[in-house]
Parts: sequence; C-alpha cells; structure tokens
Amino acid sequence: MNLLEDFSPGLFFMQAIILIILIVLLGKFAWKPILSALSEREEGIESALKAAENAKLEMARLEASNEAAAQDARAQRDEMLKDAREIKEQMIADAAGQAQEKADNIIASAQEAIESEKKAALADIKSQVADLSLDIAEKVTRKELSEKDAQLALIDKMLAEANI
Amino acid sequence: MFTAYLKTAFFALILTAFATAQAQDNHGDVDHHEQVVTDGGKVNTKEEIKSYIEHHLQDSHDFHLFSYTNDANERKHIGFPLPVMVWSSAGPKFFLSSKFHHDDNAQVLVKEGDATFFKLHSKIYELESGAAAVSYDGDHHPSNAHKVFDFSITKSVFGLLAVGLIIFLLFRSLARQYKIRSIPTGVGRVLEPLVLYVRDEIARPNIGENKYRKFMPYLLTVFFLIWISNLLGLTPFGFNITGQIAITSCLALFTFFIVQFSANKDYWKHIFWMPDVPVLMKIVLIPIELLGIFTKPFSLLIRLFANITAGHFVVMSLIALMITLKAQFGAVVSTGLSVVLTLFISVIEVLVAFLQAFIFTMLSSLFIGMAVAEHDHHEHAGTEEDDVDEVRERFI
Repeated sequence: MNLLEDFSPGLFFMQAIILIILIVLLGKFAWKPILSALSEREEGIESALKAAENAKLEMARLEASNEAAAQDARAQRDEMLKDAREIKEQMIADAAGQAQEKADNIIASAQEAIESEKKAALADIKSQVADLSLDIAEKVTRKELSEKDAQLALIDKMLAEANI
Repeated sequence: MFTAYLKTAFFALILTAFATAQAQDNHGDVDHHEQVVTDGGKVNTKEEIKSYIEHHLQDSHDFHLFSYTNDANERKHIGFPLPVMVWSSAGPKFFLSSKFHHDDNAQVLVKEGDATFFKLHSKIYELESGAAAVSYDGDHHPSNAHKVFDFSITKSVFGLLAVGLIIFLLFRSLARQYKIRSIPTGVGRVLEPLVLYVRDEIARPNIGENKYRKFMPYLLTVFFLIWISNLLGLTPFGFNITGQIAITSCLALFTFFIVQFSANKDYWKHIFWMPDVPVLMKIVLIPIELLGIFTKPFSLLIRLFANITAGHFVVMSLIALMITLKAQFGAVVSTGLSVVLTLFISVIEVLVAFLQAFIFTMLSSLFIGMAVAEHDHHEHAGTEEDDVDEVRERFI
C-alpha cells in the first residue's frame, strides 16, 4: 500500500465536509452550551467559595467585635458598679452629714425656742404675779376695812386661787 | 526544536520507505493470489491472509461484516451495499456498490449510461470509451482506464457519519442536561469529565488562559472524532477510519490552516526574522522554520495513521495466528495462543485509541498555542522550545 496511491481525494473531500459540519453543529448545539454551563458552574462555585470565605471572615470579625463589645460592657459594668458604690458611699456620707447638720439645726432652734418660750413664760408669770399681787393687795385693802375675819379668809381664798 | 523536526522528518521518511516496500510486496502477492486455485474463497493461506488484511486496511465500498463459504463451495458475504457516487467523464453517477458483486479485481464491469466502471483494490476506475476489458501495464496498473473522483459513501465515510451522529447525540444530551441541572446525571456524568479533561489538560495549558476558548469547538470535535473512530475500529464492524491516510491528512490540514490563520505577528516574526540571533543565522533559519511549518502537521497525520494502521495490522495478524500456526501446533493451541495474544494487544489498542486522540489534540493545541503566544523573547528561548521537545520525545 503505497501511501500516495492509497490517498483517496474523495474520502478527503467527504471527511473535510463532515468535519466542518460536525464542528459547526457540535459547536452550536453541544460545545458552546456545555462549556458555558461548565464555566458558569465554576464561577458559581468560585463565588460561593469566596462568599463562604467572606462569611467566615465576617463571622470571625463579628465574633471579635462581640468579644470586644462584651469586654467593653463588662468593663463598663464594673465601672458603673464602682461609680455606684462611690456614689452610694458619697450619698450616705452626704446624707449623714446633712442629717447631722439638720439635727443640730433643729436642736439649736428647739433650744432657742425653748429658751424664748421659757423667757416668755417667765415674763408672763411675772406679769401675772404682779397682777395678782396688785389684785390681792387691792382686795385686801378694800376688805380690811370692813371685817377682819372675812379679810383673812379672802386672802386665803385669793392665795389658793393664785396657786393655780 | 530543530532536532525534533529532523527526527520527525526522518521518522516519516522511514515510514514512507517501509510503506513503499510493503506496497511492492503487495503487488507480488496479488499476482500470486490470482493464480491460486479457487477453494471457495476461503482465507486460509498466508498470502490470502495478507491480502485480506491489506484489503481491510483500505477503505471499501461495501459494509462488509463477514464472509463464509457454504457447502456448495460458494462464497457468501454478509453485509450491505453502500451508495457509490463518482464524478466520471459523463458527469456524476450514482449506484449501489452491490453492482460490483464484491469484486475487487476489475472482473465486473458496471455500465452506467455512457460510462463503464470497475473496482480494483478498493479504487473505482472508469474504463476509457471503446475498451471492452481492462488491460494492465507492467506495474499492474490499468492502462486503459483512469481513476474517477470518488465521493462515495464508503465504509469510512459511513463510519464517520456514524461517529459524528454518536458524538452529536451524546453531547447534545449533555448540553440539554445543563438546562435543568448544573450537575449532569447518567451518561453525562462520564462525558463531562472528558470535556473538562480536554479543556483543562489539553487546551488551557497549551494555548493559554485567554485564548483557548476560540479553539475549543475544533479541539473537542477532533478529540472525540478520533477517539470514537479509533474505538469503533476495534469493534468487529471492522471500521478503519483513522487508518485512512486521507482522513488523517484532512485532520492535520485543518490544524495546519487553523494554526496559520490564527497566528499572530510574533509567530511570523519567529519564522522569517528570528529575534535575538545574528543576521547570518536569521537567514539560515528561514528555510528551516518554513519547513517546520509543514513538518508539524505532517507528523500529526503520519503518527495517527501509522499507529492505527499498525494496531489493526497486528491485531488481524494475531487473529490469523490460529490459521497460520494450526499446522505446527494444532487447532486448540494455536487458537488459544491467538486469543490470548489478541486480547493482550486489544487492551493495548484501547489505550492507544485514547492516546492517539489525546496526542493529536494535544499537539494541535500546542501548535496553536505557539502561534498565538505573546511572548517575551528572552523568556521564550528557554521555555516553549523545551516543552515542544519534551512532548515530542515522549510521543514520537
């Protein structure tokens, strides 16, 4: 079989036609949809992987920020507790001070009031005693003249009244 | 790179010489064959087996499954005729190959209108007007007839159509599956990795990430066409599609034209005015590089043809062992030997069927890749040439 003699131009021609038709037909109906579907799928997988990776990073970031926030919150809470304790002590101290002061004030004013009341009462007593004395004196002088015994009884009566 | 070209050319030369020697043997055998006393056409001598194999390796005009000789010593052929379409001196002629009555030795003359045809060694000739019978010259070529342009649906064309249909149906179904689901089921699950293989292992690394898409339809079509054709050649249907030099030439020519038409400025510059070498070398390199343009597709066509032809030849010869060794070892041993050896070689041939499809597609994409590559001249010198050499050394 000589290669050149074996070469059939007709077969070559038919093969060329069949090959062209096959390439065109397969290209249009098979390879193009298959390849585009494949690359689409690959892109999908790639983007999904990327998204997953991103999500993981996001998660890590969130977790870290959560942790930080928790830490922050804890610190804040401690701070607040400390503040509150301080405030409480402050308040208690303040309140105690104020109460003391008020009590002192009240006591002072009460003493003052008692003092002034006492003074007023003494003055009052003094004036009443004077009035009584005057009254008694007047009555004594008026009755003495009339009857001795009656006058004495009156003085006793008066004194008994004055004792009240 | 040049050593690789030289090797290819050398290889091709040896093969051609071998083929020519074979052809000469062949003519001697055929002469002998015609003198053999008829025994009902049984294929049972070495010469008959040899011519049977030769006949198988050639294209044929019938779809022939098998033949047997019946009790009345008549040769019966099982198969069906295929349409013959020829362009003769009297215009186009169409008839069925059954008109030749399985004759392949110019015994049956078919008259179609004004033209008379006969078939000799799987080729259709037209008898010159006025001649009544075929006469031969010294080389056993018909002297009063000429070949016609024969675009018949021969067995190989029939096989190609079948392969084309198989590929189309398979991959059309795969393409349709993607409309409903993103991961195919059934046969598509097998086909998808193959498509991915061609894309990711053959086209992408050789052509480059940015440019491979344009060539995918060609590469995929050629890969599956060659592969399925090779596999079909291993079935008992007896196709020998990729063992036809016309078919491998056509495939290689397609690669050749695709390479030339998609080549960029750099490619031509490397051929006609190689950068970074002295001027004298540039001039010397022009014819070598020009030759390289043609040796590349030539190596493609010869490699595929030679591998498949050799495979068919070896398998058929091993099957024939059961006849040729029958006299020495007896029927059982020779048959057993034949079956074991044929099985062994057939398994290798299944591998070769894939390998040859892979190599053809791979080298095609490599050549395309070299033509479309945009390179830095300094980097180029070391990398791509090494790749080519490496690939060639692996496969030649």
